[in-house]
Amino acid sequence: MNRKYEFSFPVEGKNFDDAGKASVEIKRLLKELGIAGDVLRRTAIATYESEVNIISYAWKGTINVRVTDNNISIKIQDSGPGITDIEQAMRQGYSTADDRIREMGFGAGMGLFNIKNCSDGFEISSKVNKGTLLKILINR
Amino acid sequence: MNLTLLAEKLNLMVRCSGDGLDREVSGGYVGDLLSDVMANSKTDDLWITCQSHQNIVAVSVLKEHAGIILVLGKEPDKDTLEKASREGIPLLVTELSGFEAAGRIYNLINE
Ligand SMILES: Nc1ncnc2c1ncn2[C@@H]1O[C@H](COP(=O)(O)OP(=O)(O)OP(=O)(O)O)[C@@H](O)[C@H]1O
Ligand SMILES: [Mg+2]
Repeated sequence: MNRKYEFSFPVEGKNFDDAGKASVEIKRLLKELGIAGDVLRRTAIATYESEVNIISYAWKGTINVRVTDNNISIKIQDSGPGITDIEQAMRQGYSTADDRIREMGFGAGMGLFNIKNCSDGFEISSKVNKGTLLKILINR
Repeated sequence: MNLTLLAEKLNLMVRCSGDGLDREVSGGYVGDLLSDVMANSKTDDLWITCQSHQNIVAVSVLKEHAGIILVLGKEPDKDTLEKASREGIPLLVTELSGFEAAGRIYNLINE
């Protein structure tokens, strides 16, 4: 039998107090759907890093998760300043995080690289002054 | 080795016992960069850090750490403590440096 589940979470820009809240909720829901182990771990990294990037750099966004029998597809869309040079942004160690963000332990320039690293499919597109879209696929 | 025993041997001070200090510690990870800890720490690790703000709790929940140890006498922020108790994450503090804490814990769990 083919089942499909889908849920969406809003993420507010600049609200570091709630950083990780959406990802923790997503992980709980996935666990309830019986997802575990490496698939669950990779999904947690992908959603967390995406969520923190919305909070750090964008105005607001949503994380949409679709679960099928074969995979988990995650779509993260934000409205925000966008990314001018995606290749540069993907590079490990590149970060535009300001001091306030760095003081909290963010800004290593590893987030996007880690997302790509733990995904089976990864697409990123961005429009300056409009926003960024990430499409991530994780096979079950 | 569980957290109660580790705390006793190293004189760690418990600020929040979370879901319980009887949880077995299988290893650890030292880091202050959250994306590094997200990528490289493992389930049941004890996370050793000097980050004391509330964002550390979500990282530990997502990674299913055994607990967090704040080093160099850092105290958790009020919000951090509240979140840790709500989410069941044990939070301990020590005057030791990250290097010393990691070294001694490593020896104790591999004894
Ligand atoms: N959603 C986004 N909107 C605008 N810019 C972004 C977005 N996501 C990432 N960036 C840009 O890409 C850079 C690299 O992002 P990445 O997540 O890899 O590292 P970081 O956020 O700087 O640090 P870390 O994720 O390790 O805490 C960011 O510093 C930022 O300039
Ligand atoms: Mg990031």
